[in-house]
Amino acid sequence: MNMLGMFCIRACSGLVGCRTATRVRSLHSLPGITVAQIDEEVAKLLQLKAQLGGDDGKHQFVLKTAKGTRDYNPKQMAIREKVFNTIIGCFKRHGAETIDTPVFELKETLTGKYGEDSKLIYDLKDQGGELLSLRYDLTVPFARYLAMNKITNIKRYHIAKVYRRDNPAMTRGRYREFYQCDFDIAGQYDAMIPDAECLKIVHEILSELDLGDFRIKVNDRRILDGMFAVCGVPDDKFRTICSTVDKLDKLPWEEVKKEMVNEKGLSEEAADQIGEYVSMQGGMDLAERLLQDQKMSQSKQACAGLSDIKLLFSYLQLFQVTDKVVFDLSLARGLDYYTGIIYEAVLTQAGVAPVTTDAQNGAPSEESVSVGSVAGGGRYDGLVGMFDPKGRKVPCVGVSIGIERVFSIMEQKAEASAEKVRTTEVQVMVASAQKNLLEEKLKLITELWNAGIKAEVMYKKNPKLLSQLQHCEESGIPLVAILGEQELKDGVVKLRVVATREEVDISRADLIGEIRRRTSEA
Amino acid sequence: MNMLGMFCIRACSGLVGCRTATRVRSLHSLPGITVAQIDEEVAKLLQLKAQLGGDDGKHQFVLKTAKGTRDYNPKQMAIREKVFNTIIGCFKRHGAETIDTPVFELKETLTGKYGEDSKLIYDLKDQGGELLSLRYDLTVPFARYLAMNKITNIKRYHIAKVYRRDNPAMTRGRYREFYQCDFDIAGQYDAMIPDAECLKIVHEILSELDLGDFRIKVNDRRILDGMFAVCGVPDDKFRTICSTVDKLDKLPWEEVKKEMVNEKGLSEEAADQIGEYVSMQGGMDLAERLLQDQKMSQSKQACAGLSDIKLLFSYLQLFQVTDKVVFDLSLARGLDYYTGIIYEAVLTQAGVAPVTTDAQNGAPSEESVSVGSVAGGGRYDGKCRVWASALASRGSSPSWSRKPRHIG
Repeated sequence: MNMLGMFCIRACSGLVGCRTATRVRSLHSLPGITVAQIDEEVAKLLQLKAQLGGDDGKHQFVLKTAKGTRDYNPKQMAIREKVFNTIIGCFKRHGAETIDTPVFELKETLTGKYGEDSKLIYDLKDQGGELLSLRYDLTVPFARYLAMNKITNIKRYHIAKVYRRDNPAMTRGRYREFYQCDFDIAGQYDAMIPDAECLKIVHEILSELDLGDFRIKVNDRRILDGMFAVCGVPDDKFRTICSTVDKLDKLPWEEVKKEMVNEKGLSEEAADQIGEYVSMQGGMDLAERLLQDQKMSQSKQACAGLSDIKLLFSYLQLFQVTDKVVFDLSLARGLDYYTGIIYEAVLTQAGVAPVTTDAQNGAPSEESVSVGSVAGGGRYDGLVGMFDPKGRKVPCVGVSIGIERVFSIMEQKAEASAEKVRTTEVQVMVASAQKNLLEEKLKLITELWNAGIKAEVMYKKNPKLLSQLQHCEESGIPLVAILGEQELKDGVVKLRVVATREEVDISRADLIGEIRRRTSEA
Repeated sequence: MNMLGMFCIRACSGLVGCRTATRVRSLHSLPGITVAQIDEEVAKLLQLKAQLGGDDGKHQFVLKTAKGTRDYNPKQMAIREKVFNTIIGCFKRHGAETIDTPVFELKETLTGKYGEDSKLIYDLKDQGGELLSLRYDLTVPFARYLAMNKITNIKRYHIAKVYRRDNPAMTRGRYREFYQCDFDIAGQYDAMIPDAECLKIVHEILSELDLGDFRIKVNDRRILDGMFAVCGVPDDKFRTICSTVDKLDKLPWEEVKKEMVNEKGLSEEAADQIGEYVSMQGGMDLAERLLQDQKMSQSKQACAGLSDIKLLFSYLQLFQVTDKVVFDLSLARGLDYYTGIIYEAVLTQAGVAPVTTDAQNGAPSEESVSVGSVAGGGRYDGKCRVWASALASRGSSPSWSRKPRHIG
């Protein structure tokens, strides 16, 4: 009996409930089988499965979000809004516009762009239409957008959620659905000016967010590659040695060296030479020194990188941000697609919960977060060309803010601080001291709303004054406008300051002005 | 040869390239087949398909977005930002807070919630973990959120994209990925106050957005059901007659009557009686008149609805929005889950591109957009009982997916 016959019999056995372990032999050499026929058979079997009630049968309702995802409650949303306002304010200050793209792309758009990380992509079910996948980052959609619209120059930010089927470790702050916040400058420009502006933007954002002290480490892909070359690293080991060097932010040199020599097969001599370089940090002075370095200067590539670092630092000086920027030869972050400068911002303060990462062999994922890392980026001149049918190059430099990390830190800060985070922005509670005043309250609140004042009233015909005041305390509402029978006769409203409990009668006519005055002073 | 044997042979024939048409007989009566075994066989076949290069083979790069979706360019984003700022500013003025939920839910969370529309849900591929689906609206996630967190009182807005595998007709403004902008007040409160505030909010938003003149039509599910009862509609035809009445915003009465009588089997007499009522529009005065109406007043249900409409209008007067609100007995919108007042805002100006909808038989989808409709909602008590102990809620769910069409 030929192989196909055996397959059929075993399939049949399976269907009749026999426990025979079956394995599909490689059948691609057998003639006549087409994908369409297989599809047909699969469809029939799935139909059978459905008939058997294959989807659990019962519709038991489980109250949970999907693994690796979470809701944002109003407190978290309030924090999130504050963070976005700061970041977007900074992007706008630098003249950026924004775009948005769909949450899913054609599967083929994402295929071949993420290397090993491709297995982390969420696919949509084949429901008879196009094959789709959830976006994995914002950079590939950006490149597609540029190519589709034949755009050669743009300065854009994009804040949106992306999706990765990681093994989420919630305590480590790693989710499957998380925000990315990207800023990129695309276009052919004079060297290092946009690159410097990216760093200025990172500096501004991190300063305004008030996360504590930070450093921005800078390096260059060409310097790394040149360094490897002059240290005797074989060409074909560049990338893998690079990812080992990248671990220096988490591991001590001895362990990194061990990996280079024992696991990656580098000579100890080469490793030691690398060791000397990667311990170097500095500013423009270091770049100048290395340009004079006997070994390093042998690499044209490295020299090009070093000259650009010099130029960069001259601009950073003018931007007044050199206090926090460090040229650090151990920085080897990220994706294969960086072609020039690379940078990473780290928080330096102890007390910030460390976010450890899973070391990933090969190219570390863009999201691999070292302890305290809150932003990262670099220059990537070759990516857009991959999408363009004519292979037109659009040079890009950009940065991605680790916004989930920022949320996490801000949430912790809010928790630790005595000050409550308000979830609403109500300025005035319209309250009543006696019964049967609902009509009057609704009249008053309408005047306030029509004047643009943020106000609330309880949805009760006759609420107790105490409950209304309690609501103010809980919500952080600063003012109460209290109506009472006497006040109505006198044409006034009693305005009460929740924090101090002081009360003052304000005429109806002056009320809106008084509220505006008090809330603008706050 | 028994049925199973025939199935197997035919499967084999298929595999060896024979053109025999095959159909799977109903096999669920056969003993011993388990779901696990079927899964195993399916997996093997899919593996074979993959080996044969079933995914097109070539990696030809096509520069397009998925069907029914689109990018937003910077101009559109600037407009979008302005619109959101206006809307959110209004929600905040009324003391609402906001939440956010994941873009996908456990498949089982969405199962059984959307009736016929369930076939429009995007599923994620089974990649070995939980079965997931993209959210279809913001209401079911909201209800899940309330139940999970044991929340009984909240005033929240939620602006986010939802996903439906519609047949998108881009010119009709119907996408597969589109924004929904929901505002809901959940909790047990004195009658009609929050309901009135929802309408005040719709009025404020539509005024500030400067889209031209608009009207907010108001009705009540209890009035509709009471009206059907006193007009002689059999109980079991309520919902289907309701969805026919709903077509009055697109079709003339003659055609609607024809559908009631010819397709839905209603007596011509009943249809005529309905016809008299559904032509009525007004304000508090109409509610008062109907409470005196000899026929209508026979229905306790209708009277309860009419009293609430009266109360609603008294609050709307205080809120200074009665100029745009109309009590309209032909309004029969939406989902089965509205239990009290229902409302829909329509733009009245000519020149606004009409957005026609696909008439869907049965319960019209929440998203079925009549000409110029820009917002809709109502009270939905009891729906939340599905998740947790009785939650009284009312909501207003403007469908802003149409917005860019009108203002862009």
